[in-house]
Amino acid sequence: MTEAVIDVQGLTKTFGTRRVVDRLALRVGRGEIFGFLGPNGSGKTTSIRMLCGLLTPDEGEGRCLGYDIRTQSALIKREVGYMTQRFSFYEDLSIRENLEFVAEVYELRNARAAVDAALNDLGLADRQRQLAGQLSGGWKQRMALAACLLHRPQLLLLDEPTAGVDPQARREFWAEIHRLAADGMTVLVSTHYMDEAERCHRLAYVAYGTLLAQGSPAQLVRDCGLSTFTVDGENLHALQAELLRLPAAEQVVPFGTSLHVSGAEEDALERQLQPYFARSELRWTRDRPRLEDVFIHLMRGRS
Amino acid sequence: MNALRVLSWRRLLAVVRKEFVQVMRDRLTFAMMVGIPVVQLAIFGFAINADPKRLPTAVVVESPGVYTRSLISAVEATGYFRLVESPDPRDAAALLEGGEVQFVMVVPADFERRLVRGERPAVLLEADATDPAATSNALASLEPLARSALRFDLDGPLAGGSGPPFEWRVHRRYNPEGITQYNIVPGLMGVILTMTMIIMTALGMTRELERGTMENLLSMPVRPLEVMIGKILPYVLVGYVQVIVILLAARFVFEVPMEGSLAWLGLCVLVFIVANLTVGITFSSLARNQTQAMQMSFFFFLPSILLSGFMFPFRGMPAWAQVVGEVLPLTHFLRLVRGILLKGYGVADSWPHLWPLMLFIVVVMGIGLKRFRRTLD
Repeated sequence: MTEAVIDVQGLTKTFGTRRVVDRLALRVGRGEIFGFLGPNGSGKTTSIRMLCGLLTPDEGEGRCLGYDIRTQSALIKREVGYMTQRFSFYEDLSIRENLEFVAEVYELRNARAAVDAALNDLGLADRQRQLAGQLSGGWKQRMALAACLLHRPQLLLLDEPTAGVDPQARREFWAEIHRLAADGMTVLVSTHYMDEAERCHRLAYVAYGTLLAQGSPAQLVRDCGLSTFTVDGENLHALQAELLRLPAAEQVVPFGTSLHVSGAEEDALERQLQPYFARSELRWTRDRPRLEDVFIHLMRGRS
Repeated sequence: MNALRVLSWRRLLAVVRKEFVQVMRDRLTFAMMVGIPVVQLAIFGFAINADPKRLPTAVVVESPGVYTRSLISAVEATGYFRLVESPDPRDAAALLEGGEVQFVMVVPADFERRLVRGERPAVLLEADATDPAATSNALASLEPLARSALRFDLDGPLAGGSGPPFEWRVHRRYNPEGITQYNIVPGLMGVILTMTMIIMTALGMTRELERGTMENLLSMPVRPLEVMIGKILPYVLVGYVQVIVILLAARFVFEVPMEGSLAWLGLCVLVFIVANLTVGITFSSLARNQTQAMQMSFFFFLPSILLSGFMFPFRGMPAWAQVVGEVLPLTHFLRLVRGILLKGYGVADSWPHLWPLMLFIVVVMGIGLKRFRRTLD
């Protein structure tokens, strides 16, 4: 891996009696798009807040952009762009006014030019006088991204950036992220969406505050130890109920007109599926597990 | 069929139950619902007295004697006057101006002699009539005294003719005509500033928290102190605009006298505005949403109006209510603004009412900053 932009160990944060993040260790290299996955309430937002200096970790240490996350949070803030989960710009200001405010807070030289450039880059120039509160989800997200990029950060932290955004806008958003990463920006993005996870260079999966797995999407699928079969046919609903009774079939999930059957013990699964392979009305194929199967598997192993 | 009915008890009860649970769960709202009636009862039931008694009075006796003693005890017996000091004639004026006494009674040097001669001497009573409501009943109680106070002392040949043996000469100082507006209009300045400054800042900061923009703001290089001051400054300006409007109205509509320096008033206003803004900031750091911030502001506003001496005479309240009143910034500002406009307070006269405001700022700012830091982590 190239030089590490984020390198933290043992990050722990407790709210009251609840340990939200438990000994998290992360290494993210320059220019990487790093996906941060996990169910709701798994500590993703808290972890991101600790990385950019909004929260002080109870335990653990590390560096972000070469600065100590405990003592140099003011310096980290200057070079990080953080896009919050919820739209958190001023809805009663126009797009332009919001960006101008951000430019002033970062004390940018040539603030005016920077705002103009950001408006053009993200196609917001025509709407610059519109109030942020009147924008649709996709445009709000675009404006938030423009605001986060205004001070040319080296690291972009995106907390569920595409929640509530339509597929077209999501695709454009990800194209932009890849463009930025190609130019050397490091991006850490949290998400629930598996299709988005597949667009990341590397992934970390966290649940209940702990890191469960880390690696590229292909690696995670290869190393998970799951075997998967796909079956097409009639009356799959009844079949699903039957298959779920098999001890080796951990997951039986409908996908459109087919079922995905996965289990960790390949031999046992094949043996128990034998009688169903024989049925003529069913068409079976051996398949690769999907990321979603992998993560559900990881989570079950955990609980 | 059920869905078609205009009113379904079951659906109605479901809404009622939900509403009830929500109210109970919002502990602050619930506390307010219980707290406001209790506070109002305490204030209106016990604290407010539109007929204040036992007002502090200084007596200057230039001719000690048996008649003077009878006169003084008769005055005390009305219940409206409480003798606190017997100062030198020169100091008496300062006591009145400083607001330490409500009345100064002067029994002149030749009182006893002229009384015996039946010359109907005058007893001078100077009243601080800034707030006409505080003095009018006390003054009214004096009139019959002229006839009755010395009834038992002057008998036999001294009983004299038909008229009273002496007369009162009453000077209503600072507001000789007893015009209520002179008292209310400067007071309104304090009330309006209290209301807008506290509500504006309390809501302003809570809005950032509620809409999530605070998180964004804090992820940028801007510092908490910059946020705090940056949010306060515009409201200081708003406050001054309000002050100017009120002063113009006071001058040209209500023709309130302006004895003191307006520049000095402007400086005192600044201290008062800052005092209120610190309250607003502290509320905003305590409140979780704008509704709570609003409720807290009203909870503070209510005693401010009722216990500060704005609506009802401060001296009419029992000791505990006066203690509460002394804590409120409006109480001190009212004394300042009335003192400066009506009595012509300078720097030295203002100081006793100015330092409590400064102390208030330091204490509340301390609480606010401490709470504010905590909301970040």
